[in-house]
Amino acid sequence: MRFERRLLLRERGTGVLEKLWQIPWVFVLLLCAVGGVGYVALYSAGGGAPEPYAGKHAIRFGFGLVLMLSIALVDIRLIARFAWVGYAGGIGLLLLVAFHGQIGKGAQRWIEVGGLQLQPSELMKILLVVALASWFHKASWERIGNPIFLIPPILAVMLPAALILKQPNLGTALITMMVGGAVFFAAGVRLWKFALVLGAVGLAAPIAYEHLHDYQRARITTFLDPESDPLGAGYNIIQSKIALGSGGLWGKGFLQGTQGHLNFLPEKQTDFIFTMLAEEFGLVGALSVLGLLATVIAFGFLVALRSRHQFGRLLAVGLATNFFMYVFVNIAMVTGAIPVGGVPLPLISHGGSAMLTAMVGFGLLMSAHVHRDTELVAPRDQS
Amino acid sequence: MSRKQREEERVRGIFSRRALVLGAGQMGLLGFLAHRLHTLQVDEGERYATLAEENRLSARLLAPPRGRVLDRNGQVIAGNQLNWRALLTAEQTTDVGATLETFSRIVPLTDAERARIERDVRRRRRFVPVTVRDFLTWEEMARIELNAPDLPGISVDVGTTRIYPEADHLAHIVGYVAPPAERDMDGDPLLELPGIRVGRSGIERHHDLVLRGRAGAVQMEVNAVGRIIRELDRREGVQGQDVQLSVDAALTKSLRGKIEEGTSVVLMDARNGEVLAMATQPSFDPNLFNSGVSTAQWREWTRNRATPLINKATNGLYAPGSTFKMVVALAALEAKVVAPGERVFCPGHMDLGESRFHCWNRGGHGSLDMRTAIKLSCDVYFYEMAKRLGIDRIAAMGRRFGLGVPLDIELPGIRNGLMPTREWRQAQGRGWALGDTVVHGIGQGFYQLTPLQLATMTARLATGRAVQPHLTRGIGGRPVRGVRAEDWPSLGIPERDLRLVREAMWAVVNEQGGTARVARLPGELGSMAGKTGTTQVRRVTREQRERGYRVDQVPREWRPHALFVAFAPMENPVFAVSVIVEHGSSGSAAAAPLAREVMIEAFQHLRPGPGGFGTRVAEAPRPTGGARP
Repeated sequence: MRFERRLLLRERGTGVLEKLWQIPWVFVLLLCAVGGVGYVALYSAGGGAPEPYAGKHAIRFGFGLVLMLSIALVDIRLIARFAWVGYAGGIGLLLLVAFHGQIGKGAQRWIEVGGLQLQPSELMKILLVVALASWFHKASWERIGNPIFLIPPILAVMLPAALILKQPNLGTALITMMVGGAVFFAAGVRLWKFALVLGAVGLAAPIAYEHLHDYQRARITTFLDPESDPLGAGYNIIQSKIALGSGGLWGKGFLQGTQGHLNFLPEKQTDFIFTMLAEEFGLVGALSVLGLLATVIAFGFLVALRSRHQFGRLLAVGLATNFFMYVFVNIAMVTGAIPVGGVPLPLISHGGSAMLTAMVGFGLLMSAHVHRDTELVAPRDQS
Repeated sequence: MSRKQREEERVRGIFSRRALVLGAGQMGLLGFLAHRLHTLQVDEGERYATLAEENRLSARLLAPPRGRVLDRNGQVIAGNQLNWRALLTAEQTTDVGATLETFSRIVPLTDAERARIERDVRRRRRFVPVTVRDFLTWEEMARIELNAPDLPGISVDVGTTRIYPEADHLAHIVGYVAPPAERDMDGDPLLELPGIRVGRSGIERHHDLVLRGRAGAVQMEVNAVGRIIRELDRREGVQGQDVQLSVDAALTKSLRGKIEEGTSVVLMDARNGEVLAMATQPSFDPNLFNSGVSTAQWREWTRNRATPLINKATNGLYAPGSTFKMVVALAALEAKVVAPGERVFCPGHMDLGESRFHCWNRGGHGSLDMRTAIKLSCDVYFYEMAKRLGIDRIAAMGRRFGLGVPLDIELPGIRNGLMPTREWRQAQGRGWALGDTVVHGIGQGFYQLTPLQLATMTARLATGRAVQPHLTRGIGGRPVRGVRAEDWPSLGIPERDLRLVREAMWAVVNEQGGTARVARLPGELGSMAGKTGTTQVRRVTREQRERGYRVDQVPREWRPHALFVAFAPMENPVFAVSVIVEHGSSGSAAAAPLAREVMIEAFQHLRPGPGGFGTRVAEAPRPTGGARP
């Protein structure tokens, strides 16, 4: 068996050049296009100048690109083998943040790593996907049906979710659970179990609401009626909707967005960057960006479907879903469809941590693509 | 191996199906976002575009500077000065009370001020700034700017405030301004601006709309914190226009320095009715109304028996006394109840039934004609004229001379006075006795006339025309339609009669035995014609008379008022003057010398020449020939 695998690898080739050839360059170009949109948006957010946002964004994107391509070349078996090591590292960072993290908006969310503000919760989602993919890799239909087999991965999801919720960051905690749930779903966990969990959540929600922080409750109530507090928590949503709506079909033109440039739009360089774009480039521009992002997500599913091993499939689906969650939550938030969650738009929003984690994710996705035909052994089969 | 492969195929099949479900679900949710974007940007786009414009645009009214009030020489009587003030915009703060609380820790506010601010905030629209404090010092401004972050809604700006450089000298003419009250709100948006003032009295009130101008507007682009980014559109308002008055400020000021409390002087251009000076004592400082008059100051003004807030020249009511005798004389001549040369004997009194009416000269004047009767101010002669005329014919002639009738002058709220008639008395439910008529023949009795009316009477005597007093010379640098002597309708009194009366008045001042010889003008100024008057404010009883009544021995407020009316020069009248000295005891001793000084000052200040005088505002040429056509 070992011989067979070696044979397969030889057929595909393990050389760096061979791997570089396998990298989906069209996808890389697509990501560059998204990054370019980010540059344009941040150029406008900076008041029509590369400073203070757009320039940094370009540099970070460049670094991110190198990081992504490096990860793409890493052997997927190595990634599978150290999946749980990475997971443990992520939990360690979360604990570090819980005790020594920087306070931002009343919550401990990031730590300083060499001048970079790192939000471990972002990285954690990716590490979780890798860990879950390795857990379900080579699991038979019967094993997946066994509830005992599901207990460790459920705990693996709940632990980081609890730590993130504690920060407190309700939005990211929920996203973490949903991304985890997507991997469970793709792995083949029985549907009635999902129904059971959803039912339980439905019952527990009112109790959980009691334990939410005031600002989190305020978000929910202002979501339900933003006009109830036009100068307070509802202000962001109202101003964002005004900016979006006033953009119209064709937009106000580059650097012509009044809401953004006159500062009616809060946090326009981070959470509300999409609003900025939609105001200046209208529905046409907004749908174009949305289309680009949808293509990125679709590529993730394509990688999943083409992978010949379950690890790569689950990894790709999990990473694509993670990216989708960012995109959906951010745009749904700025259009007033869901409560404000403080979720950036990856590759477009200003911020090093989000860019870094997004590129790590894409690196892993590309590795899954490059190594789509690699024979992987289930960790348990090796013993 | 094959079992394992089957197993893998099964798991892969399930994965593929579920991945497709997941992918399709995600694309569906992105489709939902696309739909939502379409709803916001296209379906509701216009609504949001409007909201964005509302965010972005801020309109502000521009208060044009209030027009100035100038005297006939262009000297500023009412002007504007810079005023640094703190404003509060209610919509920029969440808690007006808290902002004011913080503000008063920096610049103390009294409870009354806070009540006024809170009332203004309630009354005005939320985006209209309200004045918190006027006349900030540099130190106060610095403290406010320093604490700006703790003072949401507070801003400091510079406005203008009214200043009256002559203070109390022209207060009764120019009036004063005050913040608009509810009843002033006539729909002019200008009135909602902070610091705006409306005229409350005098010229400020009469010409308020001219002086106020019309509000301009500026549309600005503002950012989220309300800072102005740029001006998009500016519509200049109409600046308030300057109003030039006919009064001479320096002359008025000088005259006020010569008079005592309770004295009024009115100086008119006899030819066209321009009021040249109107000096009264006491007066008030209209500057005090700017920052709100304190309760104590208001109490002082309203409780002062000398009524500083009331313009005695237009609202003080007096009996004309002997200054009225010219009217009676003209009425008698017109009614032909007496011939000009007819002599009437004065034994010092006139008996009418039980009553005896005394002449001021106990010894009697003997036999005298009209000219001498006026010159010596014989009472008996005019008792006789009144008896012959009856009160109604006297009153009718009085009204033709502007007495007891409304005058067309630009001062709101002036008194019309009273010219008593039989009908008026009957309306009071009282009868009219012959004794009443006799007393009214010498200007005593029920008359209530103002100094302005007496000056008008004098101007009409001098010109024979129905001259109306007025104050406005020019508006916005353009003269108001020039008023010439010929523009006034004739009184319809024969020139022969007028000349007789004028010459009698000349004799009063210039002939041996005239009652006002002290008032003769220096020769180079020509001669003045005038008439004295002394009116009792308290009946002198028979006992007092028998004990030897002397005015200087009774309390001042019991002494008679002293009056004098005059015009000059005799040959070509330019100035008409009326002087009333309350409790001055004697027209010839107190009022006539003052009138002389007024005339001399008038000649010095105004230098009447053929082309008129003090003509900063170009005017239609006035007749050089003076009053007489």
